[in-house]
Amino acid sequence: MTVRASLTALKYLSLVAAAAVVLLPLLTMFSTSFKTPQEMAEGDILAPPANWLNLENYRVAFENGNMLAAFGNTAFILLFSITGTILIGSMAAYAIDRFRFRLKKVVVALFLVATLVPGVTTQVATFEVIDAFGLFDTRWGPILLFMGTDIVAIYIFLQFIRNIPVSLDEAARMDGATSFTVYRKVILPLLKPAVATVVIIKGITVYNEFYIPFLYMPSEELGVISTSLFRFKGPFGAHWEVISAGAVLVIVPTLVIFLALQRFVYNGFTAGATK
Amino acid sequence: MVRTSARTSRPAPPSRHAAARPSRWRRATPWLYLAAPLIMLGTFTYVPVVSMLSYSFTDWDGVSPDRAYVGLDNYVRLFTRPELFSVFATSLYYLVAALVQIVLALYFAAVLSFETRFRSLFKGVIFFPYLLNGVAVAFVFLYLFQPGGTLDQVLGLAGVDAGILWLGNPDLANVSLSGVSVWRFMGLNFVLFLGAIQSVPSELHEAAMLDGASRPRVLWHIVIPSIRPIISLSLILGVAGSLSVFEIPYIMTGGSGETKTFVIQTVKLAFQFNKTGLASAAAVVLLVVILLITWVQRRIVPEERTPSA
Repeated sequence: MTVRASLTALKYLSLVAAAAVVLLPLLTMFSTSFKTPQEMAEGDILAPPANWLNLENYRVAFENGNMLAAFGNTAFILLFSITGTILIGSMAAYAIDRFRFRLKKVVVALFLVATLVPGVTTQVATFEVIDAFGLFDTRWGPILLFMGTDIVAIYIFLQFIRNIPVSLDEAARMDGATSFTVYRKVILPLLKPAVATVVIIKGITVYNEFYIPFLYMPSEELGVISTSLFRFKGPFGAHWEVISAGAVLVIVPTLVIFLALQRFVYNGFTAGATK
Repeated sequence: MVRTSARTSRPAPPSRHAAARPSRWRRATPWLYLAAPLIMLGTFTYVPVVSMLSYSFTDWDGVSPDRAYVGLDNYVRLFTRPELFSVFATSLYYLVAALVQIVLALYFAAVLSFETRFRSLFKGVIFFPYLLNGVAVAFVFLYLFQPGGTLDQVLGLAGVDAGILWLGNPDLANVSLSGVSVWRFMGLNFVLFLGAIQSVPSELHEAAMLDGASRPRVLWHIVIPSIRPIISLSLILGVAGSLSVFEIPYIMTGGSGETKTFVIQTVKLAFQFNKTGLASAAAVVLLVVILLITWVQRRIVPEERTPSA
């Protein structure tokens, strides 16, 4: 029994240690974001701020750090790339699951092989494609890249569409519906859970993406939250209280989404990763 | 995605094909839905792969209209110039980190698969870093690793006053950076493993427990073997991931010196030094390596499906 008790103690000890390792870096950043430059100069990082309501650093982050524009740009890109991903993914899944046509195996293989190509490796050449379309340094370049290469979304839609009984399509067809009406009135509404999953994982992925906006949108006014926060490094290099406020601003929406939609988040990311 | 090809052989809904004459229009219908996805796929995946291959045999600088064919020169340079090749050494740190990450994830998944107080709280806390923005994570850890920063102060509380340069010391920088990578990505492995463990039929371990097997033994002999597919998938993703590290070192140290990774080098070659040809060759090498690794994985775990959580 004592062995079991000490094993249990070890288990909780390791869990608490893990939680501390995760939370300590985040919490120090959070507390730093409320400190004044004078408090920072004292150098006691672990001390709590004198005033937890000191929002001065957040004001600076918003006004001088371009964070407001960054959230706007991120929202714009999110809106279009998520909508596009949903339409493209669900249409591809609809065609693949509900129609019989020649070359279907080839089409499926094309999508499968593409999952193996890591995006980071091809950017050297993708850059030329975006540039040729005249989309370099516009928000549309990243939007197209985000919606054009999301095979995980197609996979998630395929999984859900298979569970929608074909008899529903047929009933609608009997009533004279075209294939597009079936897609729009029968399939899409029933795909709502899949849409929710795709919105969440796509949303979080696009929100966190650094590499693509960094490469394709160098203009400062096109900064998204990742790239704008990255640019804090220059002007605020020594002002950790402002950088902290910026980082907290970026983290809080993620935290809220996670707390509100936990189950969807877990399911979405596990479905996406085990494709 | 393995299942896709198997499932597509399922006969399509019969009524439609029996009732309607296969007019030309009918046959075109699926292509109407596939047009946009396929055009996007071609434009942003296959065109770049092909043009990258063709650039890799030239000395193109990415700007000028003309380029000369140089054969395999770029590839030879990649493998013979030590300063270009050394980036693979950096990957080794991340490779070790990926292994550590998988072991830790397995441990916590095993622990939390039992009755535990605050179970969902611990699960959430361990997973949460995976969701965070990479730039924010990089800043959080730049702050943590600063001389006199959080880490030094916490160590100071424990009586250790080493004054370690976590990022400034070239021997240590990669260890610190790959530690950040473990912090950030362990949560996904953990949640995948936890889901897999929970989908192992409970009769299996209950029977073993009745036979007097201890919990660790049950874990080792019954649970771990039955989630082997997901463990091997994680290993492969870990290897591929350790070759494609970019964000964290690029933001935290600028990818200078020892901390330069393969992808950072490729990006710098292409976009700072205008060596598109050489950068393309590097990208082709990485692509081939990753395809090879994936191929090996598919061979090792052929038809086994990873249990979805």
